[in-house]
Amino acid sequence: MARLCELASTIRSKNAGPDCITFDVIFRDDEVYRQVKNSGELTPERVCRLYGIGPERLVRFVAFDPARAIKFTIRRSRPSGSPGETDVMGSQMYAPLLELEVRAVTVKPKAAA
Amino acid sequence: MPETELASRPRTAAHRPRTAETDVFKLLSPTGHLGFTPIEEASFWAGVKRQPDAIVADSGSCDIGPHPLGADEPASPRTWQEHDLELIFTASRRAGIPMIIGSASDTGTDRGVREFAAMIRDLARRHGISGFRMAKIFSDQDLDVLARRLRQGAWTQGLDGRGPLTEEDLRRTGHAVAVMGVEPILAALKQGADVVIAGRSCDPALFAAPLLLHGHSRDIAYYAGKLLECASFCAEPFAGKESILGTVDRDGIVLEPMSSYQRCTPASVASHAMYERSDPFREYLPGGYVDMSQCVYEAVDERRTRARGSRWVAVPRYAVKLEGAGKVGERALMIVGIRDPHIITRIDDCIAWSQKKAGERFNRPGFQVHYHVYGKNGVMGELEPVKEIRGHEVCVVVEAVAPTRAEAVELANLAGRNFMYARIPGLKGTAGAAAFLSDEVLPARAAYEWTLNHVIEVDSPLELFRMEFEEL
Repeated sequence: MARLCELASTIRSKNAGPDCITFDVIFRDDEVYRQVKNSGELTPERVCRLYGIGPERLVRFVAFDPARAIKFTIRRSRPSGSPGETDVMGSQMYAPLLELEVRAVTVKPKAAA
Repeated sequence: MPETELASRPRTAAHRPRTAETDVFKLLSPTGHLGFTPIEEASFWAGVKRQPDAIVADSGSCDIGPHPLGADEPASPRTWQEHDLELIFTASRRAGIPMIIGSASDTGTDRGVREFAAMIRDLARRHGISGFRMAKIFSDQDLDVLARRLRQGAWTQGLDGRGPLTEEDLRRTGHAVAVMGVEPILAALKQGADVVIAGRSCDPALFAAPLLLHGHSRDIAYYAGKLLECASFCAEPFAGKESILGTVDRDGIVLEPMSSYQRCTPASVASHAMYERSDPFREYLPGGYVDMSQCVYEAVDERRTRARGSRWVAVPRYAVKLEGAGKVGERALMIVGIRDPHIITRIDDCIAWSQKKAGERFNRPGFQVHYHVYGKNGVMGELEPVKEIRGHEVCVVVEAVAPTRAEAVELANLAGRNFMYARIPGLKGTAGAAAFLSDEVLPARAAYEWTLNHVIEVDSPLELFRMEFEEL
């Protein structure tokens, strides 16, 4: 079992236009990427559960091999920067992903990591 | 589009037709958002030494929220905008190469184009630079004209789950721009512009225009622009405002950082290709999309990566994106702190009390109070999975919106001060249930919202834009 923050070199979130926030989990090497992708544990359903949203708000969930990345995009409840909105660039929404556990993958911690 | 008719006068590399199949074109990208924070000068001048054929930068983004567009104000300090323009202008004029700036002054509104053009005139005077042609491309949209287009049955589509454009959307809008594709910029270059100051633009189009003029294909031109548009974000380690050189050949682009400490690796370039977008395989632009599904990223050496395999797919409908923002009301803030654990566990009751008291005086349309509870879900709001409060103190930022400034201040004050008087059973601290940073309401910018995030079909790629030339 390993946490995403141990498996990924980048975990980030950012606006994709004014109505959506996109999340990128970029894995630290091809082997880890392949293992997580094949584990079937990082899924649209799990992401929706984590963020407490219905499937209609998850507009895209995709594996992007060239970047060793799993990427998904959610719709905001209201456009960025509207009154009441909390993160105008959507740049801190990735935090709950850091501790997400992937059971099928075990990684020896890198000494330098 | 009314244009000043001027004879074409090719002079610089971008103006010359390509002479050989092997011809490469070098683009220098010094910043992903001109003026947002200043360009790093060392890597910029290192890039200039490599003799690029054009210097290109965009200066806008919808990332900064709806306020700058709605209020038509810059989001960047004027001194930083001038700093960046001075670097690019002096370097490009000395080298005799075009400079292309898009989405002028954050918003890409006519104001931004005029202000940047005035800065260029001023810089030309100060540096004694003359003998160049400047193109200004305007992208502000008249809301009445858009409404007329709708009534005439123009095809529109809402993006990201929005419905088709309605007249009600336009009524809520204070300011709107159209986001230009490559054609207006290409038209400016074809008419001999040495300096292009463009309104709101698709970032990749700014880079694609000189490439197309130079004879490169659309397959590679837009993709090269996509990879270069955020400058050093395509390199690692993470850094902004460092220059990147893109050397574009017939079917690929080599990316090379101009800072000494960065590298463009296959992973860093590929991860940038999917940055800030929901679809990593397609980049949509007016008239079509870049298909990136077959792209290949290969290391040339430790610091350079070559990307290739992109394809331009034209679509039958030429549609241009509209961005618009409108004012919701005036806004004021109050900062409230809470330390008593008994009150923290009942923070929702405190908010309910504040809402009740605010509602008693301001129960009319146009009045809103939002409670940002830092320590609970102040950053993530409804998306926060952690439900319990784990800290020993919380901060509530009360955000009030009302039709007038005086009403916004009163509403924030009323909602904020009522945390002091929240009626909580079992409260020991009966002298007050909150700490005020200071018992004052902080003025805030007016509240705006994104009203337009749509595309509209047009007959000509140029019809929503207007161009002017100046000889300097």
